[in-house]
Amino acid sequence: MHELSVTESVLDIACKHAKKAQASKVTDIHLVIGRLSSIVDDSVEFYWNVISKGTLCEDAKLHFKRIPAELVCLECGEKYTLDQELTPCPSCGSARIRVLSGDEFNLESIEITKESND
Amino acid sequence: MTEHRIKIVEKILNANDRLANANRQRLDQSSTYSINLMASPGAGKTSFILATIHALLDENIQIGVIEGDTAPVTIDSDKINAAGMPAVQVNTGGECHLDAVMVENALDQLALDDLDLLVVENVGNLICPAAFKLGTHSNILIASVPEGDDKPYKYPNIYRGLDVLIINKVDLLPYIDFDMNYFRQGVEILNPGLTTFAVSCKTGEGIEGWLDWLKAKLT
Repeated sequence: MHELSVTESVLDIACKHAKKAQASKVTDIHLVIGRLSSIVDDSVEFYWNVISKGTLCEDAKLHFKRIPAELVCLECGEKYTLDQELTPCPSCGSARIRVLSGDEFNLESIEITKESND
Repeated sequence: MTEHRIKIVEKILNANDRLANANRQRLDQSSTYSINLMASPGAGKTSFILATIHALLDENIQIGVIEGDTAPVTIDSDKINAAGMPAVQVNTGGECHLDAVMVENALDQLALDDLDLLVVENVGNLICPAAFKLGTHSNILIASVPEGDDKPYKYPNIYRGLDVLIINKVDLLPYIDFDMNYFRQGVEILNPGLTTFAVSCKTGEGIEGWLDWLKAKLT
């Protein structure tokens, strides 16, 4: 997929917030990825190790939290989660469904260390 | 040395989304209706654009095209220029999709005020283009029947964000195994009630319906 541009965005956002917080180092980065966001963790990690060198985020560990996609049936209102393949409503069989969540692709938080005298 | 956890919750593609919004504003200001045209390689994106240009020749509609390709070739933009319309070729340098920055740069090279319609032909790919907003008014996918009837099930994301679906190469239906009901059921799950036109760019079948939709958007 487009992991390089995605990884660059992660680095930009993390560095921006780390600078604002006057961090001396970013140690951990927490990402939330919905089931419908096709991001390959290994590929992001690969690029991360290359592009984070020499930045505040060098050696920071990436944590991926995968969250399921939630669907709702427009006929009977049944809510269910997407497992592997797209399936019609398990309750009434209707194909009229709407995706409620699963698109998420967020940087949730970072962990930093600060040189501080307080 | 102290340790802190900073809560952020920021969309990772936020920067792209902001630029996409700026692109949309420019297109709105010049009253240019814009389309992000996506498909797998070989589905008929350029043929579809050419068929549209030719069909609208007498309508006094000015059409500009942004051609995205991963390699430095001008095959597609040459075809558009030969049809008498301006085209900008964007080489993504190996990237598998266009993003809002590339479109912004391409917009600088077009006389937007003269254009009624802008078609952005994305890189042939069913995965990556779905994630990057460009700022266009509508997202259109061309699915050609030789690709197979299982594509909505395999590439759900791209179907979910669509405003129009074009099913191309329907003149080949007698020769291949393509279960239209199975295909359409997959689409219905992802995008209920999606506006769909079944066409053949080769024979011209079904193009009228698409043109009527488009002309309604341009008035």
